Amino acid sequence: MDTSTPTRWITPAGLIPVAIAGGLFIWFAQMIPVIGGGDTLRYVWEWVPSLGVNVSIYIDGLSLTFALLITGIGALVMLYSARYLAGHVHQARFSLYLTSFMLAMIGLVISDNLLALFVFWELTTITSYLLIGFSHDTAKARRSALQALMMTGVGGLALLAGIILIGTTAGTFEMSEINAMDGVLKDSVMYLPIVLLVLAGAFTKSAQMPFHFWLPNAMAAPTPVSAYLHSATMVKAGVYLMARTHPSLAGTDFWLWTLTIFGAVTMVFASIMALRQTDLKLALAYTTLMALGALTLLLGNESGYTITAAATFLVVHSLYKAALFLVVGILDAQTGTRDANSLFGLARALPITATAAAIAAFSMAGFPPFLGFIGKELKYAGAIAVASEPIFVAGAVLISSALMVAIAGIVSFRPFWSKSGTPIPNVKEAPWPMLVGPVVLAILGAFFGIFPETLATTLVNPTVAAIIGNAEPAKELKLWAGVNLPLFLSIATFVLGFTIYYYKQKLRGILIGMTTRGPSFDNGWDKLMAGIASGSKALTRTIQTGVLYHYMIVTFGTALAVLAVTLWFRSTGIPAMGVPQVELWDWLVFLLVLLGAVLTLITNSRITAIAGLGVVGIGMAMIFILYSAPDVAITQLLVETLVVVLFAAAALKLPHLTPEPLSRRWLDALIAIGLGVVTTVILLKVTTGPIDRELTTFFETSSWPEAFGQNIVNVILVDFRALDTFGEIAVVLIAAISIFALLKAKPEEEK
Amino acid sequence: MNSVILIAGARLQAVLLLVFSAYMLLRGHNAPGGGFIGGLIAATGFVVYAIACGTADARKALRFDPGSIAGAGLGIALFAGLMAALWGDALFTGQWLFIGATEDDKGIPLSTVLIFDIGVYLVVLGAVLSIAFSLEEAV
Repeated sequence: MDTSTPTRWITPAGLIPVAIAGGLFIWFAQMIPVIGGGDTLRYVWEWVPSLGVNVSIYIDGLSLTFALLITGIGALVMLYSARYLAGHVHQARFSLYLTSFMLAMIGLVISDNLLALFVFWELTTITSYLLIGFSHDTAKARRSALQALMMTGVGGLALLAGIILIGTTAGTFEMSEINAMDGVLKDSVMYLPIVLLVLAGAFTKSAQMPFHFWLPNAMAAPTPVSAYLHSATMVKAGVYLMARTHPSLAGTDFWLWTLTIFGAVTMVFASIMALRQTDLKLALAYTTLMALGALTLLLGNESGYTITAAATFLVVHSLYKAALFLVVGILDAQTGTRDANSLFGLARALPITATAAAIAAFSMAGFPPFLGFIGKELKYAGAIAVASEPIFVAGAVLISSALMVAIAGIVSFRPFWSKSGTPIPNVKEAPWPMLVGPVVLAILGAFFGIFPETLATTLVNPTVAAIIGNAEPAKELKLWAGVNLPLFLSIATFVLGFTIYYYKQKLRGILIGMTTRGPSFDNGWDKLMAGIASGSKALTRTIQTGVLYHYMIVTFGTALAVLAVTLWFRSTGIPAMGVPQVELWDWLVFLLVLLGAVLTLITNSRITAIAGLGVVGIGMAMIFILYSAPDVAITQLLVETLVVVLFAAAALKLPHLTPEPLSRRWLDALIAIGLGVVTTVILLKVTTGPIDRELTTFFETSSWPEAFGQNIVNVILVDFRALDTFGEIAVVLIAAISIFALLKAKPEEEK
Repeated sequence: MNSVILIAGARLQAVLLLVFSAYMLLRGHNAPGGGFIGGLIAATGFVVYAIACGTADARKALRFDPGSIAGAGLGIALFAGLMAALWGDALFTGQWLFIGATEDDKGIPLSTVLIFDIGVYLVVLGAVLSIAFSLEEAV
């Protein structure tokens, strides 16, 4: 990723994604007047009508805000990547993954149907897995990718369960309809399970404590991915979900407290952890966690202040954080390091990057007149408006905001302006495609800060309306809200923030000492994974002994137990028994089968045993013929013949049967006789009752007129139930392949 | 096994079984038979041939790898099922063509059902032979 040498970067793989993202951004942008005017758009196509699955698109303020962030930041990040990864062997693959992710993410935020939303949700998980593991030749990237996949995947399963519960409770999967039904979920007995499952999905995706640890690890991905997926968009999918379900689920104490506590803990924990990092990218990762915590906290409430704060902070954070990630990517690419302790005074070498970083950092630290200031003021106003514990929440916001000030200094001030170290020599400014992103995003932060009403009317107000309806209007966004409590808190934030920045080395030392001694979530994860692996190994060793005899005992023993128990509880009386009135032929066949079975039991020669089994099979075929089922009889006969031939081929090379110890044969006898008796009783019971001839009649009457065949068995096989037959022949093929593989793959020692 | 009588007999028998299997396959829709039975009979023919002349010769006589035959059969069956979509019917709905049909006579009936049955025939033939040949080669 050396960008100092001129590389050809104008390639289809690099620029097609930019075109797609840009085009979609324009398409969504032209909806702003409609959505900003208070309307919503909805399109529905039926997909699986029998299951209530629709492809339905619903665009309101919330969807549009997300869609614009996804496509807008997407276009900038893709332009950045086109240059950042120019000449990389797998650049085309990267572009494909990133574009797929973007489309999945758009699908997620515009789907109205919850099942469709779930599909897109999982698609973002999968594309995120592919992108984190993009440098798949390093073990760290593979581990991080798998960890992210498992964490968000488990949450995804919980979410699916929650969605199904929502669907069955509300009677529809269309979220807009569910939100319109007042209290349909809140008053249901399923409310608690629904909230728990939905939040499990949202918290894992948005990396709330204690599911947070995959997100810092996900920084193994290339920097544009971190900027895009793991800061601006994908991790906000959980936030989106909480916002989307807010009208139906919020407003209870449970929702309020869960979101407040998880959000506050995550927020404070993450901002402290961010201070501990020396890797700039990791520091940013933890500040992202902090932002996700703050959004969760704010979404716990229903008041206009908190929701306005959430909507504004969502936009603010995406703008400055994506910009800062891209700046760190530039630093990394141009100097070869991201270590806070070796980057100093680079403003002269990287003037444009430094300016963009400064503007974005001012927004992050919440200085006026940047959008971040408004976001922070609103957060304080929202925190004070929090119904539950305003002092607790405001305190948490104060601590984390102060830490943000310090970290903004570490990430954006120190590397560029600090004189406490010597700058790395011969650093050149990044090429323009990599500068566009940070510059545009930073300037937008400043622009919206100076003209907040442009953002308020286009995106924030419709988003607030989408979350809490029009009951309480969105609070006004303004730079100067007068001398009030939020202003004092802001001043306190700056004082505290500068103090932390000044003592950062000392604090970091203390934090490193604390975190290395404390329990590590990441190690816990490794232990959990190792535990699952060794547990399943032990289980497999117990169940899969590899001895065919054991499998047979278990299979037939289970069948016997299940049948006998069912028979015992579900049926009464002994079936009528007597000597059946059948022909002499039947008796002869019966005798033949009996003789074959006895022969199989007593012989010591494998060939004889197989022949004995063959006799049993042929006897069965004869019974089928006598009772006019020629197709079955022919098949049985052919299969018996083939089985005997195949077994004989193998048996010739096998040693003689050694007599089993008597004790073990008693168990065999017990299972065999038991199964025989139980089956006989069941058959007798079945035949005494009236036989339902509905299916037989149907096939008899419709076989010829509808399927032009007189052989009902064959007509059923190839026409009426052709799909079943197709499945069966697929199984036949799979079995053949498996046996082929077993026979051809010799054990290791034989090679 | 190196028995001249067995080899001579097996050759004849294999041919007869193969012809018989085609007969069973085609009559299946109206009389006992069909793809499954036909495939088993054809497989028996080749198994007999393999016992007499060895699996190498039997593989040569078969010309194609049994696994490929089975795979092709599955593909043909799927194709027959998908063809229903051309007429706008649900998948695996039988489609019929009666060549030279009159008021009383159905003529020569051709159908996707027959194609499906041929697929079944090939899967069974290929799968059984794949197992039989590799089993005989393994011991």
